[in-house]
Amino acid sequence: MMMNDRSIEAHTLSVLVENAAGVLARVIGLFSGRGYNIESLTVAEVDGEAHMSRITIVTSGSPMVIEQIKAQLSRIVPVSRVTDLTVEAEAIEREMALVKVAGTGEKRVEALRVSESFRARVVDTTHESFVFELTGAKTKIDAFVQLMRPLGLKEVSRTGIAAIARGPEAM
Amino acid sequence: MSDQKTDQMTGAEIVIKALKDQGVEHIFGYPGGAVLPIYDEIFKQDWLHHILVRHEQGAAHAAEGYARSTGKCGVLLVTSGPGATNAVTGLTDALMDSIPLVCITGQVPTHLIGSDAFQECDTVGITRPCTKHNYLVKSVDDLAEIMHEAFYIATSGRPGPVVIDIPKDIQFAPGPYMSPEKISKASYQPPKKGDLNGIREAAELIASAKKPVFYTGGGVVNAGPVASKLLREFVGLTGYPITSTLMGLGAFPASDNQWLGMLGMHGTYEANMAMHDCDVMINIGARFDDRITGRLDAFSPNSKKIHVDIDPSSINKTVHVDVPIVGDVAHVLEDMIRIWKETACSPDKQAISDWWQEIEGWRKVNSLGFEQSDTIIKPQYAVQRLYELSKDKDVYISTEVGQHQMWAAQHFHFEEPNRWMTSGGLGTMGYGLPAAIGTQIAHPEALVIDIAGEASVLMNMQEMSTAVQYNLPVKIFILNNEYMGMVRQWQQLLHGGRYSHSYSEALPDFVKLAEAYGATGIRATNPGELDAAITQMLDTPGPVIFDCVVSKDENCFPMIPSGKAHNEMILAGEPADVEVSEEGKALV
Repeated sequence: MMMNDRSIEAHTLSVLVENAAGVLARVIGLFSGRGYNIESLTVAEVDGEAHMSRITIVTSGSPMVIEQIKAQLSRIVPVSRVTDLTVEAEAIEREMALVKVAGTGEKRVEALRVSESFRARVVDTTHESFVFELTGAKTKIDAFVQLMRPLGLKEVSRTGIAAIARGPEAM
Repeated sequence: MSDQKTDQMTGAEIVIKALKDQGVEHIFGYPGGAVLPIYDEIFKQDWLHHILVRHEQGAAHAAEGYARSTGKCGVLLVTSGPGATNAVTGLTDALMDSIPLVCITGQVPTHLIGSDAFQECDTVGITRPCTKHNYLVKSVDDLAEIMHEAFYIATSGRPGPVVIDIPKDIQFAPGPYMSPEKISKASYQPPKKGDLNGIREAAELIASAKKPVFYTGGGVVNAGPVASKLLREFVGLTGYPITSTLMGLGAFPASDNQWLGMLGMHGTYEANMAMHDCDVMINIGARFDDRITGRLDAFSPNSKKIHVDIDPSSINKTVHVDVPIVGDVAHVLEDMIRIWKETACSPDKQAISDWWQEIEGWRKVNSLGFEQSDTIIKPQYAVQRLYELSKDKDVYISTEVGQHQMWAAQHFHFEEPNRWMTSGGLGTMGYGLPAAIGTQIAHPEALVIDIAGEASVLMNMQEMSTAVQYNLPVKIFILNNEYMGMVRQWQQLLHGGRYSHSYSEALPDFVKLAEAYGATGIRATNPGELDAAITQMLDTPGPVIFDCVVSKDENCFPMIPSGKAHNEMILAGEPADVEVSEEGKALV
């Protein structure tokens, strides 16, 4: 019988890869070629000596599709490990955002006040603008950006989600 | 990386040395600017036999035929740009059917990459989705390791094609060589042994079955002759019925009474009904392809399913299975047989006997039957006669894609694995002739027949020159109905008989065409002369094109129309106005 479970779940996957040419293209090509979603993707080298990079992907799909995505990722030759942080561990997920807000007078004061309550840092300032640096869960950044919109939001740069499991074990 | 300066050689020399150390004896290829240094090295030696094809797609399919018929890795060598893009269809075909290939492509010199240079293309970009893995060699220091790793990756786990793209400057550059045993086997470590608990669970389930069926596939062939041997032993121990996919034909002998014939869209009635009604399905090395399952939500609704596959991504892809076992078919079967014997598993004799009774009833339907004619050659009859007249020889069969392919699968019977070369997953018209050439290269003394359609075979007809050049006695047996027969059949059944562009207009005279190539052409137009003509073909040394003029409007039955279930198949002689849902029509 077909698995026709249509319940869509979001999963955060950590993918440890050899830092070789074309690996990211392989991973992204897999998602586009097989019609999977990418909601967030981050990648950076995490071990320079071992030439290993870590890709964090937030994707969504039915449980059957999520299983298939993990199996397909594991099949890519330079992929050394795939961990589903949503299932296999209690994980911490963080995203960093740089948010540029321009304005003067009341709005400028309000923007600064809001940023303090979010524990955002001011990393650049002029007489008519701020750049805030903010780290937190995706929902926190979403909320912050929403609040800044009427206060002179100019642009947003977000890193996408990085995630790691709690506790002493490595992936 | 090795730093032994004494082992310095040029990149092109490294390629040839690596091929030698990998045991490669034959390479299919076509030269061009970006591979000239490698061709120069081929010129200087005498142990590596290069087969010059006439189109790079032909090289890929020939390498596939070579690989499929030997179990070894097929190797091809093509130039940059169009050489690489022409090979793409063959690479995709090999990926879909899990055929081990190593494809070496030339590339423009490193400093020109990205400049839209003459005959430049992004080969690794283009071939990334149609290979198991690929490499762009950026330093000659990496070349030897990449060469060996490519063979390892192509042949281990679930086999597949691997591309090595080598810029021309790297082919000239001096670098170190290292032998295969010195390389690290990368991070790629596919599983071999299956989980013993899973195998035990499977053995218990198999023993408890009342209506079991073995459903086997290309994975058995890929796991080597030992897997076929173990399959025969295990199926014999159980006494259960067995069917197979198109790709798995030959792994179990067709002459055995437990054999139900092929299953799927054009499979036998008994095989498909057994799949539909079974209570335990034992899938060994098959992947629940859409040609097999038909309508998914009605696929074998009452069975527990066991699935043995070396590729974890094949498990639960489209069909939920109860007992998944990830591992090499041969290893899993070995453990399965041991556990079966140790635990003295014994099937329910009465239930199995009742099940066989039911199956015998389905067999009596004679679903492969067709209406014989004494004036025109029926294509099924042609394949039957070809089988009867060649079965005692050392015969290998390749096919193109379409009706003739299904008739070959239904009416030509295989006793051994590696005897059947066909394009299953990708369905590549034009596969058969070059695949036959590759097979004949591997088995020079054998009888190699391409069972072809007149439309498919024209797609790579240029390879006749290759067959003639190397005096390869391939027999191209064309079932000529002047139609793209399967397209015509679908148009008849699903599109109201509107035969849009499926007639093979302006066909060549195949006898004259054979002669133009320097081969032999034979034609048969009526059933009375068929046997003598086939015998003449088999007795002719050198390549032959056999133009078998068959009935034009024969349909291939039985057939599970798209969107239908196994128990809704249509048989020959039934009314052909099939009602297919709009959803079904949208399927391929």
